[in-house]
Amino acid sequence: MIPAIKAESLGALTERGDFMAIAAATPKQGFRLGQLVYDTRYRSYTIQVIVLLLVLAGVYWLGANLRENLAAKGKDLSYNFLFNRAGYDIGQHLIAYSNDSTHGRAAIVGLLNTLLVASLACIFATILGVTVGVLRLSNNWLVGRLMTVYIEVFRNVPLLLWIILAYVALSEVMPEPKDFKPVTAEMIAAGHAPQAQMLFGNVLAVTNRGTDIPSILLSRPLGGIDIGPLSLNFSFLVIAGVIIACIWANLGLLRRAKEVQETTGERPTTWWKSIAILFGPIIALMIALGFHLEYPAFKGFNFQGGLNVAHAFTSLLIALTIYSATYIAEAVRAGILAISRGQSEAAFALGLRPGRTMKLIVLPQALRVIIPPLISQYLNITKNTSLGIAVSYLDLRGTLGGITLNQTGRELECMLLMMAIYLTLSLLISSVMNVFNNAVRLKER
Amino acid sequence: MKKSVFLGTLAVSALAAGIATAGTLDDIKARGQLICGSNVGLTGFGAPDASGNYAGFDVDLCKAVAAAVLGDATKVKYVPTTGETRFTALSSGEVDLLVRNSTWTYSRDTDLKFDFVAVNYYDGQGFMVKKDLGVTSAKDLNGATICIQTGTTTELNLADYFKSNNMTYTPVTIADDAEGQRQYAAGACDSYTTDASGLAATRATLPDPENHIILPEIISKEPLGPVVRHGDNNWGDIVRWTFYALVTAEEKGITKANVEEMATTSQDPEVRRLLGVEGDMGPMMGLDKDWAKRAIATSGNYGEIFAANIGEATPIKLARGLNELWSKGGLMYSPPFR
Repeated sequence: MIPAIKAESLGALTERGDFMAIAAATPKQGFRLGQLVYDTRYRSYTIQVIVLLLVLAGVYWLGANLRENLAAKGKDLSYNFLFNRAGYDIGQHLIAYSNDSTHGRAAIVGLLNTLLVASLACIFATILGVTVGVLRLSNNWLVGRLMTVYIEVFRNVPLLLWIILAYVALSEVMPEPKDFKPVTAEMIAAGHAPQAQMLFGNVLAVTNRGTDIPSILLSRPLGGIDIGPLSLNFSFLVIAGVIIACIWANLGLLRRAKEVQETTGERPTTWWKSIAILFGPIIALMIALGFHLEYPAFKGFNFQGGLNVAHAFTSLLIALTIYSATYIAEAVRAGILAISRGQSEAAFALGLRPGRTMKLIVLPQALRVIIPPLISQYLNITKNTSLGIAVSYLDLRGTLGGITLNQTGRELECMLLMMAIYLTLSLLISSVMNVFNNAVRLKER
Repeated sequence: MKKSVFLGTLAVSALAAGIATAGTLDDIKARGQLICGSNVGLTGFGAPDASGNYAGFDVDLCKAVAAAVLGDATKVKYVPTTGETRFTALSSGEVDLLVRNSTWTYSRDTDLKFDFVAVNYYDGQGFMVKKDLGVTSAKDLNGATICIQTGTTTELNLADYFKSNNMTYTPVTIADDAEGQRQYAAGACDSYTTDASGLAATRATLPDPENHIILPEIISKEPLGPVVRHGDNNWGDIVRWTFYALVTAEEKGITKANVEEMATTSQDPEVRRLLGVEGDMGPMMGLDKDWAKRAIATSGNYGEIFAANIGEATPIKLARGLNELWSKGGLMYSPPFR
């Protein structure tokens, strides 16, 4: 058999050599147009170029159509309105804003409101989702079924309805601010009882207009600076910087502890060092800046002082959290189920408890399955914040795409800018999450 | 094949563009229906009744225009618009005409490319509060929470008023009057602000109107009127003169009941011109001679429409005030039909 194969392969070699000789001997032919269609080497390029031209023609046609229609209406495409006075007020603003500010500033206020509710909803939905996802797999029959019911109920009703339900429940059920009117000793003696009480020792009040919570004030703030429509608050930047530095330092400490554990087998005690590193600097900074709380108190029409969190925000946050958590829970469950049962059985055999098995063996592997759907859930949450329109939450859609659009009549400009901002936001989230995904995914070497 | 499909698409779109640029009047005649942008629901001005038919002061103007143009007051399609959606609906061509208590302002007329063809209600912005709040003047509203319709002039007036009086407030933005009414009734705001006529209409539909007062301050001028797009002057003329036909009818004593009789018996040359007995008034703007007669016969003259929908005899109880005829001390003044 072996010689036969040899002979065959030799034959093949000679044949190939002959062919090459023939190919080399063929006179060079010029490129013919027919090759664009009939030659498989060029055909794909031809098709791609044609598709590209068609797409460009389509884009050009849309653009020309737009220009023509704008010209017919006597309108132009201009973003100058962003620098004009807005003239309207926004209830919830994270940076300084008044009706004298510009439309551009109003758009940034809206964007920050979008980011605020989106990031909080992402955090809460992840916490709730992971908990529910793990509990749904619980061996406890009742807990498992309860979680199934929760997931099925909340996932299968539209988010908009949950937002409206939460809003109506909060604004119709809660007492009016005037019910919190303080009553004096004589009034109590006369039989008047206060109609509503603040919670947690006069710290928090939930009225039908919003939730009044204590606000954080600094008596020695570091000031800030305005750059165009943007503004920098130095106190905020310093506090954020210190928190990030503390977390980074703590990670370093844990890494060192792990190294010591791997070399010596003994894990050094880290908990008090962690607490000191995480909280020490920030407490010192707060004392230096003169941190104090301002409590809300009823005065005039409403609660004065403190921070009023409007129900539009609360209901949007609650609805986004409970709705998106169901999807995250399902992703978590799928991720855990994807890990072979043998893994946890092996861990049990080594004497690990169920909690540690989950934390050390199952979840790190499950994350590879969980992260990709989690990315799309975070994107969904961010985009779904625009449903806040139903409860008049003034996010980017409410300011730039709502009031500004209406008062200036610049529909096209506002819509294009808003789409560009949402697109950038989504791409940013997805690229950050992809970096995280690359860090946890299976390393193929 | 591909090429022909592409060219065909181009041709169809060019055709569609061609149709869209034809006159509004021709569009309406071809369609056999007038599309009127109306309020989502403001009792007395424009709101669906129990059986879902739109009725009200603004709606009657739509009906009069439909009667003048199409000869049938029922051939109107009402598109409910909110304060936020109304102008986009008009400028995109979704509606032919917007009669939805919209304030005539400089920037809407120029920058938004609209024409306010007339003023059918002279109004001003006011505040409504619950009686037991103990407030008697808008100046007492410092620190109050105020419900405000978004996308309206009232939103800007409110900010200006509080700023110029050194007062603060918390805005609760709402989309339309129905939501404002619900929020106000539920106590989500201390005060509801909009045009005084809108407040009167809202108060009339509350379960306990006697417990609510409209504060005496009127903080703005709100001339409300029908709006059309810039650029189609003939259509603007038709809406403008249909409205003025109703005003002139009240001035000349022509009513829904006597319009036929007036057409045959009246010797007043202006009445004869208006009702198409003499001259060629209708054909001058592409309508027939009897256009004004049909418009008046639909719901009566301006005074009748006012009395039937929002006047003293209705639950809304608005006095004529500024909207009285000029000859009786008001501002309603029609240019002559000549």
